[in-house]
Amino acid sequence: MLSFENVSKRFVRRLDAIERLARRLGAGVSEHTVHAVDRVSFEVAKGEVVGLVGESGCGKSTVGRLACGLHEPTDGRVRFEGSKRAIQMIFQDPFASLNPRMRVQEIVGEAPRVHGLVDAKGADDYVAGLLRQVGLDPAMRSRYPHQFSGGQRARIGIARALAVQPAFLVCDEAVAALDVSIQAQVLNLFMDLRERLGLTYLFISHDLGVVRHLSDRVVVMYLGRVVESAPAAELYATPNHPYTQALLAEVPRLDRRGRDYAPIRGEIPSPLAPPPGCHFHPRCPHATARCREAAPELKQIANGRLSACHLNG
Amino acid sequence: MSAVLAVEGLVTEFSTREGILRAVDEVSFSLAKGEILGLVGESGSGKTVTGFSILGLVDPPGLVASGSVRLGGEELVGAPEEQLRRVRGKRIAMIFQDPMMTLNPVLSIETQMVETVLAHERVGKAAARERAIEALGRVGIASPAERLSQYPHQFSGGMRQRVAIAIALLHRPEVIVADEPTTALDVTVQGQILFEMQRLARESGTALVWITHDLAVVAGLADRVCVMYAGRIVEAGAVGQVLDAPMHPYTRGLLDSVPAAAAPGARLHSIRGSTPSLARLPAGCAFRERCEKADDACASQPPANDREGRRVRCHHPLC
Amino acid sequence: MNRDSPLARFARDFSESRLALAGLGLLAGVLLLALFAPWIAPQNPYDLAKLDLLDARLPPGSKAGPGLTLSMYALGTDGQGRDMLSAILYGLRVSLTVGVTSGVIALTIGALAGVLAAYLGGRFEQLLMRVVDIQLGFPAILVALILIAVLGRGTDKVIVALVTVQWAYYARTARSAALVERGKEYIEAARGLGLSPARIVLKHLLPNALPPLIVVATVQVAHAIALEATLSFLGLGLPTTEPSLGLLIANGYEYLLSGKYWISVYPGVALLATILSINLVGDQLRDVLNPRLAK
Repeated sequence: MLSFENVSKRFVRRLDAIERLARRLGAGVSEHTVHAVDRVSFEVAKGEVVGLVGESGCGKSTVGRLACGLHEPTDGRVRFEGSKRAIQMIFQDPFASLNPRMRVQEIVGEAPRVHGLVDAKGADDYVAGLLRQVGLDPAMRSRYPHQFSGGQRARIGIARALAVQPAFLVCDEAVAALDVSIQAQVLNLFMDLRERLGLTYLFISHDLGVVRHLSDRVVVMYLGRVVESAPAAELYATPNHPYTQALLAEVPRLDRRGRDYAPIRGEIPSPLAPPPGCHFHPRCPHATARCREAAPELKQIANGRLSACHLNG
Repeated sequence: MSAVLAVEGLVTEFSTREGILRAVDEVSFSLAKGEILGLVGESGSGKTVTGFSILGLVDPPGLVASGSVRLGGEELVGAPEEQLRRVRGKRIAMIFQDPMMTLNPVLSIETQMVETVLAHERVGKAAARERAIEALGRVGIASPAERLSQYPHQFSGGMRQRVAIAIALLHRPEVIVADEPTTALDVTVQGQILFEMQRLARESGTALVWITHDLAVVAGLADRVCVMYAGRIVEAGAVGQVLDAPMHPYTRGLLDSVPAAAAPGARLHSIRGSTPSLARLPAGCAFRERCEKADDACASQPPANDREGRRVRCHHPLC
Repeated sequence: MNRDSPLARFARDFSESRLALAGLGLLAGVLLLALFAPWIAPQNPYDLAKLDLLDARLPPGSKAGPGLTLSMYALGTDGQGRDMLSAILYGLRVSLTVGVTSGVIALTIGALAGVLAAYLGGRFEQLLMRVVDIQLGFPAILVALILIAVLGRGTDKVIVALVTVQWAYYARTARSAALVERGKEYIEAARGLGLSPARIVLKHLLPNALPPLIVVATVQVAHAIALEATLSFLGLGLPTTEPSLGLLIANGYEYLLSGKYWISVYPGVALLATILSINLVGDQLRDVLNPRLAK
């Protein structure tokens, strides 16, 4: 339903007139290019939940926005079976994702009215129905966002997305800002909606536990590139790529007591200056000379499993 | 074993338009040398305010209303600012969630660290600089002497937090209060910092109060844990005991809500409702309206139940 | 439900400062006096027929002639025999009208330009901001003087000059505020929902960029009134047939040294009260609106 074909997205901070002049005169000013997404390819089939994980700078948020059409790819193509409106995003920040000056009724009801999905008379009932669907009391629809808690605001954001009857939801760290007990409620809501409305999800998160719970397949990204992709259970049981292995080893787990931490060394490099060859080689315990020279291709290593590592052959 | 930090009946109140709210309600715990205590709670539980109260950093309209905080016998509640300033940074230090709360963006690391050393000890600048380099090395920063002359913006988020920790370590304090220091960091960076903190507690005997909402971090790092809800400690005990056999329904609810607790794809257990606002707490047990075991007895404040080194505040403990 | 609308909350926060409430009260008083001037003024100062030159330069409290509704000249008379109290009331009216009108027009133009610049970015934004920078580089009084010299005198020309001088402040503030809002996720959501750019700018961006603009507006209106007073004082402002406070002050200037202070001083006090009240209100507005912005 959604496919990324060799998509790259670069953000270039161009020099303005003064800086161009300075460069002409010999100053060492240069353009900064952030390779946010680098030749990423993956697919999401209808009805699937694909989890996209990675740490800062891996490009997962950019991928989410490319999927929704909020950014245009610099290279490659993003294909989506459906209108632009059929794919909607759920955002992370429950404070900043709602217009503070609009009542909930308007926030949720604006888009469907503008697009003719519902007329002015039916809008009220339509919004009430949506709010009920996400577990909110419809009587609160004339209130403003600041009168709601973080979890309730997250639900309003979901209602707003559902109002235009999407087929595909991109959740960008949608539960990251929520407390554990509220997070559980919202995750249950996502699963309910999936069943009831037949939605497809791209679930972006840094929280491996949440992703494991929700996803059918998981795609792991590092510094703009996909390093591994596999069905969820297999990825967590037998991770192939050294980064995935390190990531899973590092995640604190309730059943690991008094651990002796043995973290991977080094810092995540800046996306402004990614290491040559395989982006992970400076931190990889198994790096070879080849890893420094050539970027590994994403290859199939087993049925439904892909990994980008020279160690696989 | 005498406690290096003993908190007894700490109460911190905030004057707001809606009345006086108790952000910290009779909190008591003690910390031995080299011990790591996890202070766990969700937002609004009062865990951060507890940390601030211990160091006397609560500003109006907040106020530490009563209780005692004894640092190795020295009483900090109600102590004059002069005394607190001598103790802060030297015997007890704090690390914040945002390292930029510790670091001044317009000063070099060297300036800030040397300043911190000289604030409590009369040593020469060169000696202070040496201490700074050594502290940076201890938190795992490579080429510390070169990085000393850099500014905070030249460090990544994880590195900045390490610098903040290094500053906290400069005087080898007896206690460090860490308020969600790794919450905003990536998993791999968090792993590195947890490693350093664990090594620190083991090697230098620094006691740690680790404030967090993440039970899994506490599981791996802490020796003991206190669970907070609506300003009160509802359960306390050794990490293994509390996580394996929780006594308070809230702790049980939290543990069950974690995705790892359920089979993939299954519905997650969730505690119904949400944390009540401090202005509208129910009478008696603050957790009543969300608790499956609540009944009429819960309309009165639950008594503290001490058993085999564990404490729980509940009329109907789970075991 | 209305209790917790942004407006109700704002009103509550604003009322926390007694000084600001006093300023608001003073401002309200000034506005009411100006509004009802034709009804409460003892005399119509523009009606030359009613003036009696023999009554010129009388001190406050002198017995009044037949052309007044009161029995005495409460604040004295000026060089033409005009009742000062009436002149001040009408003068307030003129000053405020000019100040507020130019402020509103400048706000509209500046806000639209600034918000559009923030939303469209690129060349348009660069160009607009350079124009704003250049405009702000010139001293306000200089620009106003040049414009008046070019356009000639008259109330509408003065308003044009004041608008020209002010719009750039609004534009710059509007752009910064809009830039902050543009980065927020609710704008991205609006784009994702397929709302048109016009709707996003007008319904989403502009209302949220408004608070800092309101603060700028209060300060700017005060500036505009002061600038107009300066122009009038220099003899380049509004026509002498409808004197503003500035012109009144100018007219009375020559009498100051001969002890007839009331012709200059009382209009000056009125001007001071107006500007002070606007500033007090503006200060509190800034404090109230800013921490909420930070949230």
